[in-house]
Amino acid sequence: MSRTDKCLRPQNDEKLVFDVNSVLNERVTHYCPGCHHGIAHRLVSEVLHELGVADKTILVASVGCAAFTYDYFNVDSVEAPHGRACAVATGVRRARPDTVVFTYQGDGDMAAIGIGESLHAANRGEKITAVFINNTVYGMTGGQMAPTTLLGQKTTTSKQGRSLSNEGGPIRLAEIMAQLQGVAYSARYALDSVKHVREAKKAVRGAFDAQIAGLGFSFVELLSGCPTNWNLDPVAANKRIANDMIPVFPLGVFKDVADE
Amino acid sequence: MSETDRVLIKGNEAVAFGAVDAGCRCYFGYPITPQNEVPELLSSLIPENGGAFVQAESEVGAINMLLGAGACGVAAMTSSSSCGISLMQEGISYMAGSHIPGVIINMSRGGPGLGDIGPSQGDYFQAVKGGGHGDHRNLVLAPSLAQECYDFMFRAFALAFAWQNPVMILGDAIVAQIKEPVRRVPPAGAHKPKDMSDLARDWRIEGFGGRGQNAVPRLLKSVYLAEGALAERNRLLLQKYTDMRREALFDSEYTDDAELVVVAFGSIARIARSAVRRLRDEGRKVGLFRPVSLYPFPEEALRLCATGRRFLVIEQNTGQMVEDVRLALNGVSSVLWHGVMPGLFIGAGELIDPILQAVKEKS
Repeated sequence: MSRTDKCLRPQNDEKLVFDVNSVLNERVTHYCPGCHHGIAHRLVSEVLHELGVADKTILVASVGCAAFTYDYFNVDSVEAPHGRACAVATGVRRARPDTVVFTYQGDGDMAAIGIGESLHAANRGEKITAVFINNTVYGMTGGQMAPTTLLGQKTTTSKQGRSLSNEGGPIRLAEIMAQLQGVAYSARYALDSVKHVREAKKAVRGAFDAQIAGLGFSFVELLSGCPTNWNLDPVAANKRIANDMIPVFPLGVFKDVADE
Repeated sequence: MSETDRVLIKGNEAVAFGAVDAGCRCYFGYPITPQNEVPELLSSLIPENGGAFVQAESEVGAINMLLGAGACGVAAMTSSSSCGISLMQEGISYMAGSHIPGVIINMSRGGPGLGDIGPSQGDYFQAVKGGGHGDHRNLVLAPSLAQECYDFMFRAFALAFAWQNPVMILGDAIVAQIKEPVRRVPPAGAHKPKDMSDLARDWRIEGFGGRGQNAVPRLLKSVYLAEGALAERNRLLLQKYTDMRREALFDSEYTDDAELVVVAFGSIARIARSAVRRLRDEGRKVGLFRPVSLYPFPEEALRLCATGRRFLVIEQNTGQMVEDVRLALNGVSSVLWHGVMPGLFIGAGELIDPILQAVKEKS
């Protein structure tokens, strides 16, 4: 397989005790220490591996920290302009209905510049899966305010703290998605603890199951840590997810037509 | 040719018939005048031919759907007009940067801003100079008849796949809306739809399993951050744009012995042709040179007929193609310009005086 850094295989007398699945490339991460993209990548790769669909999967990459998602996945990929991943994925899935298509987007990409493309793809019931990473900031550009930034949260572009009167409140995309008729599955989980990661994995699986069953658009939001731009160490970042984010962004499955 | 081959249709309808006959299997677009007959007709023709028709939420959505379908190596298109094409420029730049084919119809409107829905050639610069950010070029064809709207769709898809590049058809309200007889028969030498999928086999995304279980995953992208990587990418694009020059197309009449050659494209070329023929009948030594491909611009052909002649560029804008004519001729001949203002419907009679004046004017 390609795009693998050979240095990550066992060297000399090192013994392999845990291996990644074949969908995830082994390579040195470009993500920051404590960042949750790595966990999210692993969950998605495990689901694709379990479903045995990686060989017919197409990843639509977005813009932001996740721009290089394709470096970590052993699947055919295409890059989308900022915010347009769900439109690109629409074109891919309509052109090739026999494929499994997913987008992987951050909160700036999907909930700000790309909210139009995202909601309309969802409303049309495009048979694609969107994995949405909500870490309340623009990570790649240096921690600016995102549409999901919490009220009172200080960022490099909301130095006094986000206020309802000036910047509006955080957008709860999973709940919005659940209201659209074309959406088959919408859930939000968090990546701050083992328990939550396990739940998140089930949600990712539920989302891909819905796509493969042809039920419509599927969406899974993952509350993620960004220690670098939160100015916190990784442990404190996990605590912030539990204490500050989850009360604003409740966890759960908001819609699952397969269950109805 | 039998009479039953001919149908009385608008240029927009000819685009739609040409698209499906040329093998187009996906259409993505957003309503805008004066091109609405294209999506209206394709909304039934494309599904009837086993393809996908999606009315997008915006032109931004449409161009990115085109990017996605093109990345799969499927013949796909969008259509719009001026302001909508402006919204597509980001996606067009990404397609060019990622070597993704697609056909984009611009049945342009008058501008700037909301302008009007009348005839205009004000989008010439946007079409031929790239239009979006970064160094990129679109192949651009300019039909002047409904028949060419049909025929050029074959050429547009063939070019898009041959060069893995966006191709734009630049028309206007006149060619889009005039109803005239069109032969719905693929032009001589037209490619077969299968040729396109053959050309795409080596680069399209499809799920790597389609190429065997141990196939290397493919990636289509335009981002190149490593040191020197973007320079290399641009060198590759530059080479492509240089090689594209052989696709230059033009037609001309009476240029052999003309003292003054009128240069015009699209609908205005058709009107100018009537004026030139009328003046020929009166014994005036005038000719017509019509760029059919606006990018690449047929500069070599223009240079070849330059010696001893003067040129009058007539275009429906405030002076755009005249710059390319001057660049092509590089001071060898004098180049005059007559602008028809966007939004006006003119007849050949209105071009007689400007041409006569240019004939008389000594450089």
